[in-house]
Amino acid sequence: MIRRALILYALLVVLFFGVGTVLGPANISLLLVQSFAYALIALGLNIQWGYGGLFNFGIMGFLMVGGFAVTFVSYPVNGEFWASDGPMMLGKALLAFLIGAALVVGARFAHRIGIKGRWQAVLTVIAWIAAYIIYRSQIDPAAAYIEETEAGWVGGLGLHPVLGWAFGGLLAAGIAYIIGRICLGLRTDYLAIATIGISEIVRALLKNMDWLTRGTLTVSPIPWPVPLPQDLQADGMAISQSFIYSRLGFMAVVVVVLALIFFLVQRAYAGPWGRMMRAIRDNYIAAGSMGKNVTARQLEIFIFGSVLMAIGGAMLVSFSQIYDPGSYQPINHTFLIWVMLIVGGAGNNWGAIFGGLLIYLTWMISDPVAQAVFSTLSNWSTDLGWGAIPDIQSRSSQMRVLVLGLVITLALRYAPKGLIPEVIKRG
Amino acid sequence: MNEIIFFINNVVVSGLVLGSVYALGGIGITLVFGILRFAHFAHGDMMTMGAFVTFVLAALMTALGIVAPIPMAIIVLPAAMVITAGLALGIDKIFYAPLRARGAKPVTLLIGSIGVTLIIQGLIRLIFGTGTYSFYDLQPKVLYRVAVPIFDATRTINFTQPQVLMIVVTVLAVLALHLFLTRSRLGKAMRAMADNADLAQVSGINTKLVVRVTWVIAGSLACLAGTMLALDVTLKPDLAFNIVLPLFAAAIVGGLGQAYGAIAGGFLIGFAEMCAVFNWAILLRPLKPIMPEWVELPTNLAIVPTEYKLTVAFVILVITLLVRPTGIFKGASS
Repeated sequence: MIRRALILYALLVVLFFGVGTVLGPANISLLLVQSFAYALIALGLNIQWGYGGLFNFGIMGFLMVGGFAVTFVSYPVNGEFWASDGPMMLGKALLAFLIGAALVVGARFAHRIGIKGRWQAVLTVIAWIAAYIIYRSQIDPAAAYIEETEAGWVGGLGLHPVLGWAFGGLLAAGIAYIIGRICLGLRTDYLAIATIGISEIVRALLKNMDWLTRGTLTVSPIPWPVPLPQDLQADGMAISQSFIYSRLGFMAVVVVVLALIFFLVQRAYAGPWGRMMRAIRDNYIAAGSMGKNVTARQLEIFIFGSVLMAIGGAMLVSFSQIYDPGSYQPINHTFLIWVMLIVGGAGNNWGAIFGGLLIYLTWMISDPVAQAVFSTLSNWSTDLGWGAIPDIQSRSSQMRVLVLGLVITLALRYAPKGLIPEVIKRG
Repeated sequence: MNEIIFFINNVVVSGLVLGSVYALGGIGITLVFGILRFAHFAHGDMMTMGAFVTFVLAALMTALGIVAPIPMAIIVLPAAMVITAGLALGIDKIFYAPLRARGAKPVTLLIGSIGVTLIIQGLIRLIFGTGTYSFYDLQPKVLYRVAVPIFDATRTINFTQPQVLMIVVTVLAVLALHLFLTRSRLGKAMRAMADNADLAQVSGINTKLVVRVTWVIAGSLACLAGTMLALDVTLKPDLAFNIVLPLFAAAIVGGLGQAYGAIAGGFLIGFAEMCAVFNWAILLRPLKPIMPEWVELPTNLAIVPTEYKLTVAFVILVITLLVRPTGIFKGASS
């Protein structure tokens, strides 16, 4: 099995090298940074699905949360917002939110004062409605005020981007805790649909809360943790060189984070914790009867995987320097990562990383390859007198969706355990 | 009174239309889940595919110089439904049957259906490009205005011809399905298999036939729902992919595996979405003259802003999953 993995990784290096010679070093360094970030996200999904057996279809939501976090933390401070009445009004909205939360929590403990059964359910519903009205009554004017005044939106905190990645992880942990508490009791199909629904809610919120995220107006440029190409050019480097070196610098940071997390995850799995997780995944009833707290362990693993996803999402946003909540799509940001894991091999961290790198490369080059194929066909049909293929550009750029569909189908059919399958040790 | 007519136009008519689409799509999802025990994610794209089949047939008919008083789409619909049902059978044979034969888990089938989603979308975009199409390029949509000559109302109740046709066709389709499920041997076999697959198999039901019939019904209803949706809005490659989650919400709220539940769930979600984005302050306007001076009526009392319309379905879905995971009609739980 190790030999197989080594051969596949060697082939992957050859593939990246070949694509790099065609596309040039500037483009391949860009692809490499992004594919390492996707590998981190695939690793997060491997923790949840490969080791925990949790069916998370809400990856897009966590990527968006990570992207928001890095925007919020590292974008320069918006002085006009802090000078206006905005912070005060947002403070009131926060207070209203806390009051609402207190009402809902209070309704949960109503049985302590003798309100039980049906009456408690009624009280809970009333508490939720009251909390919603109280919160909306404060947040709506605050949002309208911030969007109408010069400030436009909240702005950032002007801190280091790496802090933003960490904040993304923290925020995702909080959200994953809430989602996990709500949904982890559901069986696989229901869990998939519930998580996809929640990630759509997250998308709707981030896309429309213009006061917080600037919505579809997009935020840019988001600062880098390493010198930008422009900085290197200012130091007298040639333009073509500067792009390569700055991207390699960014890649170094990403690879260090990935390697660190990978090392820790591998250590954890080799130990008793990993054995317990696999036991829960394979037979949670047996694991439960051995005294393992199945729900708590699953929640733990769900949070852990989501944190990695958010960090990966934050890296992608700070690398591309633009945060556009409108650009997130389930196909590009949830299904793509599932394909990575299925093709790479669920349950094996080496497989997850391999799938992440391979599928991201395939996804990215299927666009120019399709362009080339289509324009050749178009030239032929022109020569034959049939005329050119209409709107080649838009058609061929959609081909990556078809390629992804074919890859997932073929993988399920012919290599259901992935290219680098899970290693099961016995005895 | 004008305010109530405004309410009828914006909530009742739109809710009925949206509910019909959700109900027809939800039935397909719920039947596939009941019989094959997996969440068929590609159902939305099957709807889009059906709509494109109808579109091509309608365009062919028009090109042959045939004209009709009602939209061409309605005339070619039966043929399009047959073709889509055939395509659904083909998809099952190529993609799902090999996985079933291997004894794959429902989760694998769900991931497989995502592969099918991507392939269908990719093919549609390859053939038709990414633009939008309309069934009404040649003739405009017929608009009906019903005047209500009571309580000095000046506005009219408005609906379009496709909306009327849509509701009529939905009623017919649901009736036909009801008769099939309750009267025919095959329909009874389907219900038995949805209730308990193992028991059905040992009592001698031809499960392979039931699976095929399920795909035929799901495919033809998907074509119907997709065409209806395309008639009401416009036809584009991601037409129904965007509403696949409300469809699942409808199926789950009604109880997965329960055909009648999906209809109820579909209308519930359709109306809930419309009610949630409706500005209730409009209904308070007539009270203004009788209100005391110091009471100021709010201008906007929508429960959620319009941008969050689809979110309503997900919120209902999540609440249902928490409070009653098997749905209103006690659907499948295994």
